[in-house]
Amino acid sequence: MNSNPAIGHNTPPKMTARDVNVFYGQKQAIKNVSIDVSREHVTAFIGPSGCGKSTFLRCLNRMNDTVDGARVEGRIELDGQDVYASGMDVVQLRARVGMVFQKPNPFPKSIYENVAYGPRLHGLARSKADMDEIVESALKRAGLWDEAKDRLNESGTAMSGGQQQRLCIARAIAVDPEVILMDEPCSALDPIATARIEELIDELRGRYAIVIVTHNMQQAARVSQKTAFFHLGTLVEYDDTSSIFTNPKATRTKDYITGRYG
Amino acid sequence: MATIAAPAAPIAERQPTDWATPAMRSRIAARYRAERNFRRLGAAALVIAASFLAFLLFTIVRDGWTGFQRTETRIDVQFDAATLGVDPAAVAGPQGQALLARADYQALLLKAAEQLGPADDTLSDAAWMELREALMEDPALLGKRASLWVPVRSSIDLLAKGKYDLAAPAESRGVTDREVSDWRWLDGKGRLRTGFNTTFLFGADSTEPELAGIGGAALGSLLTLIVTIAIAFPLGVFSAVWLEEFAPKGRLADIIELSINNLAAVPSIIFGLLGLAFFLNFAGMPRSAPLVGGITLALMIMPVIVIASRVAIKSVPPSIRDAALGIGASPIQVVFHHVLPLALPGIMTGTIIGIARALGETAPLLLIGMRAFVTDVPQGFTSPATVLPMQVFLWSDDVQRGFVEKTSAAIMVLMLVLIAMNSLAIYLRNRFERRW
Repeated sequence: MNSNPAIGHNTPPKMTARDVNVFYGQKQAIKNVSIDVSREHVTAFIGPSGCGKSTFLRCLNRMNDTVDGARVEGRIELDGQDVYASGMDVVQLRARVGMVFQKPNPFPKSIYENVAYGPRLHGLARSKADMDEIVESALKRAGLWDEAKDRLNESGTAMSGGQQQRLCIARAIAVDPEVILMDEPCSALDPIATARIEELIDELRGRYAIVIVTHNMQQAARVSQKTAFFHLGTLVEYDDTSSIFTNPKATRTKDYITGRYG
Repeated sequence: MATIAAPAAPIAERQPTDWATPAMRSRIAARYRAERNFRRLGAAALVIAASFLAFLLFTIVRDGWTGFQRTETRIDVQFDAATLGVDPAAVAGPQGQALLARADYQALLLKAAEQLGPADDTLSDAAWMELREALMEDPALLGKRASLWVPVRSSIDLLAKGKYDLAAPAESRGVTDREVSDWRWLDGKGRLRTGFNTTFLFGADSTEPELAGIGGAALGSLLTLIVTIAIAFPLGVFSAVWLEEFAPKGRLADIIELSINNLAAVPSIIFGLLGLAFFLNFAGMPRSAPLVGGITLALMIMPVIVIASRVAIKSVPPSIRDAALGIGASPIQVVFHHVLPLALPGIMTGTIIGIARALGETAPLLLIGMRAFVTDVPQGFTSPATVLPMQVFLWSDDVQRGFVEKTSAAIMVLMLVLIAMNSLAIYLRNRFERRW
């Protein structure tokens, strides 16, 4: 286990959520969830399908704003700053809290353009050389540079699924976010590509606060140091990954971990 | 189980199916027969449809290809300053061209026509224009003799093209004995030639078939379509963007969607009535102008563009929007950086099909006065003009025999333009279509 509780427990959390409720029209999807997201660790959200873990993840960078009829109550803070405050710039928030989606979704443009899009949007590069450097370092960090350096002008959609997902991670990294949210990033990938992504998540840990939603409990155990178990829209248990998997406190967690349902 | 069913009746043992009985065989045969008949029926329908189309194309091309030709006769003209009524000294001066433009070429032509002997009445009414053109191009010809080719009357033109059945009795063949003998005389002297008719391609309408051209109507169509595109494309695309990307879903959006679909099915003449009532009577815009025609047609094809654009925008996968939003693009940036570029091929296809429809439209333009007889090539968006399909309509209505081939030739031009536009639409769709 990579976890080092000493660091995690001494520094203030990167993101905090207090009494968050989410409604889709009349239906309540999230009930009173409070959680702290550590800045040094990978936090995994696990739980059966429809438990609200993806919904909650999308609240952290306000991606639910685009969903019709979605309403978020409660307080979510990034470094103590209210994410849902009226003065919050959503564009800037999403630059600081990046996202990687379930299905690899590179833009149908060149690999270079995929990575350069974010920095260009936020004016992060002053010159072409600057941009080249940003693209190179993002691709290197995403572990894609060796495969992509000779084909930067080829379409991002021409790559394999695993490469596409790493390109999406590079695209998120390129705007230098503080938090990266990953919504089941490996569910569309084969085991080898999944292993690459998991390795990558481990390499990125510490540099970015990472929150990953996953269906796969082994994956949560492998990549995360903190695990939150969601069930029916509530946060049942949140603890160090090692405690959740070896010594769950709630019976529902225990039943889920041991495969009684899910 | 709470209740136990009464013991069921014993299930009758089935005989094994015998596939070889006569009834079974005839059933299978009937099935194959039905299959064959249906295929034959389909093929027959296709053959009938294709032969209608082939017949249409054949008759149009047969009647129309000679419309691109014109018969001319050679005459020797003595450019005599006295007959022209100009002063040779003044022609050399600064006002020379203006003087030459106003000179009396009719008198000159009348004199020159004498050399045609019995066939002196065969020249077109506008043959003098050729004389003027020649002299203005080369003022040095003044006082000299030159050999020129000038157009002949439509009846001689048609005789030269073999359009009359000369074996038919004089009263039913549509051409007089005098005209036939004139033509024979000219032809016998080798003074006739039939060549490509530039006047037809570049000129405007005329009362004389040999002088009528499609150019004015073509330019009218072009000007009208420019107005149509300039209005319908941005309005249609931005309506579609708003409806798809920003409009709150609900009752109002449903009503708007229903209205647009209905609007696309409204008969075009209704749009003409609207144009007449609003643009001409209320707004006081000029009659017969490409501006008004273009606006009216824009209203007509806008629903088509909105519907096509919405489909194209809808087909851009939501994951692309998520990706852009997730990296911090604003909704407008998502639309302009990702959604519109990806939807553009579909939007273009819909727009081109809409424009092709506008190009072939006559009914609404009838009502706003674009069936005018316009002998000049239109000078701008507000000058009187007509359009290609309207020109076809006007010529098909004309009693003169010479307009029959002009009508078919105009149809050929119109169809070529339409085919070109539809091909472009198909090309764009295939070239830029993306799959995810």
